[in-house]
Amino acid sequence: MGKLDVVIATDCGSTTTKAILIERQGDIYRQTCRGEAPTTVEAPFEDVTRGVLNAIQEIEELSGRQILDGERIITPADGMRGVDIYISTSSAGGGLQMMVAGVVESMTGESAQRCALGAGAIVMDVLAANDGRLPHEKIERIRNLRPDMVLLSGGTDGGTISHVVELAEYVAAADPRPRFGTGFQLPVIFAGNRDARSEVERVLGDRTTLHQSENIRPVLERENLAPARHVIHDLFLEHVMAQAPGYRELMSWTGAPIMPTPAAVGQIMQTIARRQNINVLGVDIGGATTDVFSVFSTTGDDGLSAEPVFNRTVSANLGMSYSISNVLAEATMANVMRWIAIDIEEADLRDRIKNKMIRPTTIPQMLEELQIEQGVAREALRLALIQHRALAVGLKGVQTERTLSDVFEQAASGDSLIDMMALDLLVGSGGVLSHAPRRSQTTAMLIDAFQPEGVTQLAVDSIFMMPHLGVLASVDEKAATDVFERDCIVYLGTCVAPVGGSGKTGEACVTYNLEVDGASGVDGSLRYGDLEVIPLADGVEGEMVLRPTRGWDVGAGAGQELRTQVRSGVVGLILDGRGRPVHLPDDDDARRECVTRWNQALGLYADTGEEA
Amino acid sequence: MAHAYTPGLRVTRDAVLRRTRRLPMQGKVLGQVGDTVQRQQVVARTELPGNVRTMNVINRLGISADELPTFMLKSEGDAVRKGDVIAATRPLIKWFKTVVEAEIEGTLESISSVTGQVLLREPPLPVEVLAYVDGSIVEVIADEGVVVETRGAFVQGIFGVGDETCGPLHMISDGPGQDLNPDAIDAQCAGHIVVGSGLASYAAIDKARQVGASGVIGAGIHDSDLRQLLGFDLGVAITGAEDIGLTVILTEGFGRIAMARRTFDILAHCHGQQASLSGATQIRAGVMRPEIIVPDLDRESPTDDVKAGHSGGMGEGNALRVIRAPYFGRIGTVGRLIADLQQVESGASVRVLEVEFEDGTRAVVPRANVELIEE
Repeated sequence: MGKLDVVIATDCGSTTTKAILIERQGDIYRQTCRGEAPTTVEAPFEDVTRGVLNAIQEIEELSGRQILDGERIITPADGMRGVDIYISTSSAGGGLQMMVAGVVESMTGESAQRCALGAGAIVMDVLAANDGRLPHEKIERIRNLRPDMVLLSGGTDGGTISHVVELAEYVAAADPRPRFGTGFQLPVIFAGNRDARSEVERVLGDRTTLHQSENIRPVLERENLAPARHVIHDLFLEHVMAQAPGYRELMSWTGAPIMPTPAAVGQIMQTIARRQNINVLGVDIGGATTDVFSVFSTTGDDGLSAEPVFNRTVSANLGMSYSISNVLAEATMANVMRWIAIDIEEADLRDRIKNKMIRPTTIPQMLEELQIEQGVAREALRLALIQHRALAVGLKGVQTERTLSDVFEQAASGDSLIDMMALDLLVGSGGVLSHAPRRSQTTAMLIDAFQPEGVTQLAVDSIFMMPHLGVLASVDEKAATDVFERDCIVYLGTCVAPVGGSGKTGEACVTYNLEVDGASGVDGSLRYGDLEVIPLADGVEGEMVLRPTRGWDVGAGAGQELRTQVRSGVVGLILDGRGRPVHLPDDDDARRECVTRWNQALGLYADTGEEA
Repeated sequence: MAHAYTPGLRVTRDAVLRRTRRLPMQGKVLGQVGDTVQRQQVVARTELPGNVRTMNVINRLGISADELPTFMLKSEGDAVRKGDVIAATRPLIKWFKTVVEAEIEGTLESISSVTGQVLLREPPLPVEVLAYVDGSIVEVIADEGVVVETRGAFVQGIFGVGDETCGPLHMISDGPGQDLNPDAIDAQCAGHIVVGSGLASYAAIDKARQVGASGVIGAGIHDSDLRQLLGFDLGVAITGAEDIGLTVILTEGFGRIAMARRTFDILAHCHGQQASLSGATQIRAGVMRPEIIVPDLDRESPTDDVKAGHSGGMGEGNALRVIRAPYFGRIGTVGRLIADLQQVESGASVRVLEVEFEDGTRAVVPRANVELIEE
């Protein structure tokens, strides 16, 4: 590829199209301008390119760079005219909506689900031979959901054929119509038992656009998701995107394939994890859905570190506006209320949350309303992590072999991959986290919801740029990571949280010594039940020696000293002595007193005139 | 932002409206451009493929899947009636003969020699689309449906439950802000749309349902009453298919809240007139709000455009409703648009405006927390 000095990138969301301009400054890439406009996929425009052009025009006005010549993006860049490449992601029109099927729900069904989620899809339903539904119920379900595409898996190579063909017959009987485009057939990917291919072809070949891919579970002990994910991406472009209004034109503008937004976020997470050799957990909490991404290293059968495992889940009905009422329904009122120090009637709170649901664009004007929303956010994030843990148990790619006993253990435990003690970086994104009035509030929401253990760095996506950087990473990894580090991510601080011990409130659970270059050392002890902040300046790094008391663990083992590098962020260095899970008193007055104390320790809500 | 955008609900005495009436799949359109249609008239019709019934024939016959075709007595595409023998064994002794009978009436769709399953499809299900509003056909969408144009009063609600319905409006309040009184709902309300100007309690809605009313229009509802009405806690606002015996539309929101004066005046003025209602609400990208249409086809020149639910910029003097605490539900006008970001009590720095309320008091609120009341 030629020079890459100027990049224009858009993310076409359901409601807003966001554009950013990235320019090379010396050896480093920086994000320099941002513009946005309403997405125009739906009536009356029904052409996604209108919104893209409007967002780019805003960047032209702000940057002084001419990017458009009429409705054409000028390439390559020449001085203050044109860009070298245009790239885009998309989740407009509801994103990629898939239905998946496998023979056994907890095995190939789950593998198919992981495969589709990792490709950036929303999984509308998982069909399985043993899912407890009657055949006609399955057929009706397929027909009613109208997915964008179907991933059909099932059977290890050489295994069952009849169950796989049975699933294919249900799909054929349902004769589902795709959401977009009345004149084309539904794309179906078959990624199951290779011996069933000809039979599946016979059943579905005439009725659907059938694509065959490698088996996602060739043997029980191994998953092979990448080939099917690639087919999903190809079909997303060829069929789903090409049918959505204006996308055929948009695809002709881009210098790299358009990616589903969550797939792009997953891409940048993986890039960062690989380049820094760290474990990353990311969350994007939106109005309707919450996505959780994780990249964790595992230990192979030989005891050595194996290839990191990427997982993504989407909690379709956990969000802060359209789905806020559902968070309340799923989390229960008591769990939401436990984070809120103010006194409020349950009936009043329920009405307020329903009003947010029906008027999703409103924002809290009063402090108490902000506290309520941030309480709901903690629960939405907590539930999304639970759902992620349940699915991020996967057999990864082809490199890791598992024994049969591991497979059964996996079905039973389900949380083997997400190890909060091994987590290095927790990244938050989405309005309630990115636009909280104070960064300390973002920090508190992340810590309370995810309850990181040991030493964990916390960060937030400043202006929702990760999708753009994900697709950029597929073109130029350095450019993407430059911008990620310098403009996308705001480091909040490092959280130190001892776990595993017990004791009375007020007893020391860890003593520490912090040495920062050019400053005198800080010594102290963290008491059980306390939350403290060491207010270091943003970006300050130092060496910390942590000596947990008996039974407590900060990452080196119970009672073992840990010497580690820590980095402060805009909030500082956070010491969380509340143990895991965080326990709140049952008595309501005591609980409110406790929450108030923690809020004050982080400076969450008092003196709102000050920025954290 | 390149384009300012302020959400608003339309409330108008006279609008020209078009409603697309479309089949879920291709079928026959019953009418042509220029035809006058009534709200309950069928304008398009089709047949949905029937449901599929799977029968595991090989288990019942005790044969293997690859043997199945030789034991079938019916072929793919054959019509079958319930009880027809579709497959049978051929033993030497007749007494040992095993037969499989069709469980439903329909057609034999497929015979699988891999799974051993036979699929029967029930007869097609007729689907009809009604005109929904009194008016005339202004466009025919070939094989799919029509566009019906009507004129009259139009009120968009904020939230609703229940399907499309119709009936004469029956106002039971004297002025805005009166809770719907169950005692005021009697046998006279049968087949009518009961309209109140304040809180619609579960007791009032249930009374309306008992007397056979087609719908209830109120200003607000408590979440606990909605839960009781639906039988579950609504998680996301995607409604319209609830089977609760009537349609409910709220004009303002959740809680005890008064109906906007303009909305009340229009609905009171239309007392006794036939109205078409849809409770369908979809709050996500491509928002859909519930609506009340009271056709008045005898009016002369139209005074409004044909597009529903359009939104535009905000200007001083525009009527608005505050849609978030601490002024939730209050009606006023745009007093002043303040250009600079201002910090509000929550600590957020946001774009704001000054609102002048009906009692002359003024307050600063975030722009995101108001909606225009569109005439």
